[in-house]
Amino acid sequence: MTKVTMTVNGRAVSGEVEGRTLLSAFLREGLGLTGTHVGCDTSQCGACVVHVDGKAVKSCTVFASDVAGASVTTIEGMANPDGTLGRVQQAFQDHHGLQCGFCTPGMVMSTAALLAENPKPTEADVRHYLEGNICRCTGYHNIVKAVLAASGQDVSGVAAE
Amino acid sequence: MYEFDFEKPATVAEAVAALGREDAMALGGGQTLIPSMKQRLAAPSALVSLTGIAEMRGVCTGDDAALCVGGATTHAAVAAEAAGRYPALAALAGNIGDPAVRNRGTIGGSLANNDPAADYPAAVLGSGATIVTNNRSIAADDFFEGLFTTALEPGEIIVEVRFPIPERAAYAKFQQPASRFALTGVFVAKTANGVRVAVTGASESGVFRWGEAEAALSADFSADAIAGLSVPADGMVSDLHGTPAYRANLVKVMTQRAVSAA
Repeated sequence: MTKVTMTVNGRAVSGEVEGRTLLSAFLREGLGLTGTHVGCDTSQCGACVVHVDGKAVKSCTVFASDVAGASVTTIEGMANPDGTLGRVQQAFQDHHGLQCGFCTPGMVMSTAALLAENPKPTEADVRHYLEGNICRCTGYHNIVKAVLAASGQDVSGVAAE
Repeated sequence: MYEFDFEKPATVAEAVAALGREDAMALGGGQTLIPSMKQRLAAPSALVSLTGIAEMRGVCTGDDAALCVGGATTHAAVAAEAAGRYPALAALAGNIGDPAVRNRGTIGGSLANNDPAADYPAAVLGSGATIVTNNRSIAADDFFEGLFTTALEPGEIIVEVRFPIPERAAYAKFQQPASRFALTGVFVAKTANGVRVAVTGASESGVFRWGEAEAALSADFSADAIAGLSVPADGMVSDLHGTPAYRANLVKVMTQRAVSAA
């Protein structure tokens, strides 16, 4: 076991990890931040997406030791400081961008990464960027609508097919 | 996953020393190796992360004749930083996997792994690039030795990949939609010395050059120039996504698309 230190949601944290401890396990089991979900554990589904130094990564496919010293943002860091839902989270609620909600943490984190790179994405941009996030409930239409709404674009004409 | 010792050196020399341990493996972005370790298909006693080596990261712009990419450069960084000098390479890098995979996966890791359906081997072989390791330079034609096999010696690290800049180039990928690997992908590059055509995803032996098409395209760089050619189905991959004949046909179709896009 070795000690790793990193910044998670703006807070300095540390913990004892094995070499094989995945970032997802460190967040969930080490820090109790269970908002990051582990869906497939094979880097396909994207439920575990977090930001490492501002970049979206699949936390089930990164060793905690390999990101020692990094700044990590999880879904718990996406709410406003007063505890209300952040802009992306609120858009997912407003536009029913979730059903069971299991994939939602990863969807929100990928969306935030997309909007940081591309503040006004087209529908095609959104669908392409979210390729690595799988949802088995919604058929994606409302997720795409929520992402477009979170970018400040008018989605009143977008049908919820 | 079995436990292992983790090391993250800051220099190539330290990494080479760390890889001297028995059963030690280099870790690039881990986007293939970590899933393989979860399945216990790989069980190194030690992992040496290469992502902390600053001299192995980034795309250089100082050399007029070539674009050099550090071995630990992520696909996302290549997509962004190579776009001006070598747009075909940047476009290929920007369509590997998904955004989160591109933020971790590295060119050196992809090449050392040499997955028969990976994208980068096509770019490297198609460009006639040079793989620079910690102790030698290897021409692309000598680097790829079949499925998951390369000319790298145990413990040898890809420090840099040097791409000569072609006059025209493009990569056309027929994507397997679930994995986003290439069902068949073709990289075409036209240089002053002729045309190179490299095919990934199709052959049971991994990436290969299609010599007949290279000759035809060197004489006439147009999709029509290879309209009369065909690729034998022998040795093509057969799986639930496609038969050997289907892949053989895709080689030609994707070559034509790449030529048209170049």
